[in-house]
Amino acid sequence: MMELEIELKKASDTLKAWDTTSISLTAGCDLFMRYVTRTSALEFEDFNSAKSRVLGRAEKFGEISNKARKIIAMLIQDFIFDGCTILVHGFSRVVFEILKTAAQNKKLFRVLCTEGSPDKTGVLLAKELAKLDVPVKLLIDSAVAYCMEEVDMVFVGADGVVESGGVINMMGTYQIAIAAHSMNKPVYVAAESYKFARLYPLDQKDLEPALRPIDFGVPVPPKVEVERSARDYTPPQFLTLLFTDLGVLTPSVVSDELIQLYS
Amino acid sequence: MESRRNPRAVVDPKVRQVGFFTSSQPDSTHQPDPIASESHPVVSSISPSGNSLSPVMIPPPRHNSSDTFPLRAAAASAVSPSSFSYSTRRDFPDGSTTAASPGRVSRGSFSKPSSSLPGVGMDAMAAAKSSSVPASGLNTVSVVNMPPEKESDQKKNSKPLKEKTTKAERRALQEAQRAAKAAANAEGGKAPLVSSGSVASTNIKATKPAKPSSQKNDVAVAAGPSEKKAGGQSEKDRKKDAPHPRMQYDDESRVVKAKRRAVVKQTEAKYRVELFRHLPQYEHGTQLPDLQTKFFQLDPMHPAVYKVGLQYLSGDISGGNARCIAMLQAFQEVVRDYSTPPEKTLNRDMTAKISSYVSFLIECRPLSVSMGNAIRFVKNRIAKLPITLSESEAKAALQSDIERFINEKIITADTVIVKHAVTKIRDGDVLLTYGSPTAVEMVLLHAHELGKKFRVLVVDSRPKLEGQLLLRRLIKRGINCTYTHINAISYIMHEVTKVFLGASSVLSNGTVYSRVGTACVAMVASAFRVPVLVCCEAYKLHERVQLDSICSNELGDPNAISKVHGREDINYLDGLTNNANLQFLNLMFDATPSDYISMIITDYGMVPPTSVPVIVREYQKEHSLV
Repeated sequence: MMELEIELKKASDTLKAWDTTSISLTAGCDLFMRYVTRTSALEFEDFNSAKSRVLGRAEKFGEISNKARKIIAMLIQDFIFDGCTILVHGFSRVVFEILKTAAQNKKLFRVLCTEGSPDKTGVLLAKELAKLDVPVKLLIDSAVAYCMEEVDMVFVGADGVVESGGVINMMGTYQIAIAAHSMNKPVYVAAESYKFARLYPLDQKDLEPALRPIDFGVPVPPKVEVERSARDYTPPQFLTLLFTDLGVLTPSVVSDELIQLYS
Repeated sequence: MESRRNPRAVVDPKVRQVGFFTSSQPDSTHQPDPIASESHPVVSSISPSGNSLSPVMIPPPRHNSSDTFPLRAAAASAVSPSSFSYSTRRDFPDGSTTAASPGRVSRGSFSKPSSSLPGVGMDAMAAAKSSSVPASGLNTVSVVNMPPEKESDQKKNSKPLKEKTTKAERRALQEAQRAAKAAANAEGGKAPLVSSGSVASTNIKATKPAKPSSQKNDVAVAAGPSEKKAGGQSEKDRKKDAPHPRMQYDDESRVVKAKRRAVVKQTEAKYRVELFRHLPQYEHGTQLPDLQTKFFQLDPMHPAVYKVGLQYLSGDISGGNARCIAMLQAFQEVVRDYSTPPEKTLNRDMTAKISSYVSFLIECRPLSVSMGNAIRFVKNRIAKLPITLSESEAKAALQSDIERFINEKIITADTVIVKHAVTKIRDGDVLLTYGSPTAVEMVLLHAHELGKKFRVLVVDSRPKLEGQLLLRRLIKRGINCTYTHINAISYIMHEVTKVFLGASSVLSNGTVYSRVGTACVAMVASAFRVPVLVCCEAYKLHERVQLDSICSNELGDPNAISKVHGREDINYLDGLTNNANLQFLNLMFDATPSDYISMIITDYGMVPPTSVPVIVREYQKEHSLV
């Protein structure tokens, strides 16, 4: 049994090592390990039943993760009222699921999509939404504060949810959250519970750097540096609510969950 | 603690009245008038020159100092609603110091201190009851025998104050009867704490309060309240020496009783700040020599505990962890040398003993929250000992439990905290720290060992100047340091990248209760958007909530402020502590609101200040299972 746990740990470490910058991968692996190896009854049974128990829990974990998006979409439907304007940033599949469900429920709303440069992920999202007949408007990232007054709420996904209740997400989330907060617009984060990570960044530089190439369209002049970080950290005071498969949470509950999970 | 907030009218005309007060209601008579007036019967004068009653506070019944004991006891008990129980309890040890005759003091006081440990209002009740019991120094005996009565009494008493006051006379009668009974019991029983043999009613009363407190302790009350109780007791003590501004928890009789029971002869400071009357303040310099001479006389007191008490009093041991470890090691020795007296159960007797020792330690210096938690743990373990264990097994189990607590909760916890905290230190950081927190020192030293490049800014303040100790230790290891005083904090904050602070305790609403000055540092750091990290072991977390630094605090020696050592040219205030127009306020702790704290590093990990109740909950769960 211990051997199996060691094997699992090795596999998990290998996975994590493949992409050290991905927080959700690390968090997911850690949570999976804890979830699966938690049962103390594993000690007492013979190996085969223990193994099937572990397998059962692993499958359950997978199911929960798959269903998480649907659960989150269900929870957030009440927050989308007819005639509202939603600002989204980046292409988060959870957020897309939410908007798809809302459209299927025949809600009338419109979406403002940031461009999400340099990846142009926002354009992709806009394309998908247009297919669903949802009114979409594309903005460049700099136009967020300009449009904030007509926005009713902001939806973002998360790469990881940290212990303070803040989120790590695609670059640009932080400034959108600041603009929304200063204009009293709620910021809703949609994240599955396996993204809860035991990190606690104090500032932007406290994160593991995740760099990506940025193409400005024109060659970068010599002796000019480029800020290539791909994500930023949004502190919890700018976030209103977290929508997870565990329910609708306030940012301070994340630490509660993490302490319980890891103690 | 409403009584705290409302300054009472002070009988002493010299004392300035701060705060709101209604028209004074002279009440120099015996009649208990809980609602109408609040006054502290002063030994010397009864005339209420400015007795005022805070409309919020339910005042204790007023009694003349010449009141009979039972009446006083009644009044005393009446005074202690549950919120005041703390103070009442503490009062006992303190109050009895000076009042009682020397012979009685030492013995009697022991019993009292033990019993007067924190407990909810019940103790006050019990105290009242006990007062009527003739005490022949049988603290333990009375404790064992009386609990049932006390409990019921306490419950009754902890009901509205009004009830008590109205029942005062009945209580007096009851107490007298109980005293008689206790005397009879005392004769027959064995008391680990030998009383001086003087069957003074005060002693008896003292024992009574002692009992409730020990009972209370069994109820596992946090030590936090004991601080307040001590405050109340000192109040009483003060009454002896100076006009008592107000009797927060109890009336004079309690103070007297507490004083007689107390081991440490404390003389209360004469001129105190109105707002902090609820906290004890003594004349420093008189306690230590007196205690030292008593070293070989104090039979019931274990020498190890006595030594620790002396060290607290003199300031040799200071700092939450050090005090806690010293106390627990003293308790280990107590357990080791303990032998159950015949016809007593180990659990109850040991608990009573521990309670008496804790009372003594409170007299020397009010408990910190962490010490309170540790005491609660020890009592919990004692109570959970299976009856079937033999004495030596039980003692061994207890000793190993205490050892495990020290190792797990303090020493290992510190290493875990260090491990978490060093991940937050980056090359090029400028770290600011205030005072001399042990946890932060370990973090800085370990980060330096790991080869991180950073420099440290040590901020210090009078009168303790603890930062200098930290500075020395850091420099010895070769860390690049800067030293400044707290008045320059806004000047240097712009170059600081992180602030590391220690804590005496972190409360449930995220408030950090720490050395005075910490709040300033945290607020300035927050204004400059510098992250503030508090390093605190989990055993120091408490479920209590505190909104400001006034309701619970500790007052230090005013002479420490007035005298500037080595600088005769600016030593203007030296010797002015006895001036009626000048009151010195030497606060030891302050409360930092949670908004200014970025993160708390405990052995449970790095958590936001909002998660403290979660950790308290987990911690208690862990302990109840153990």
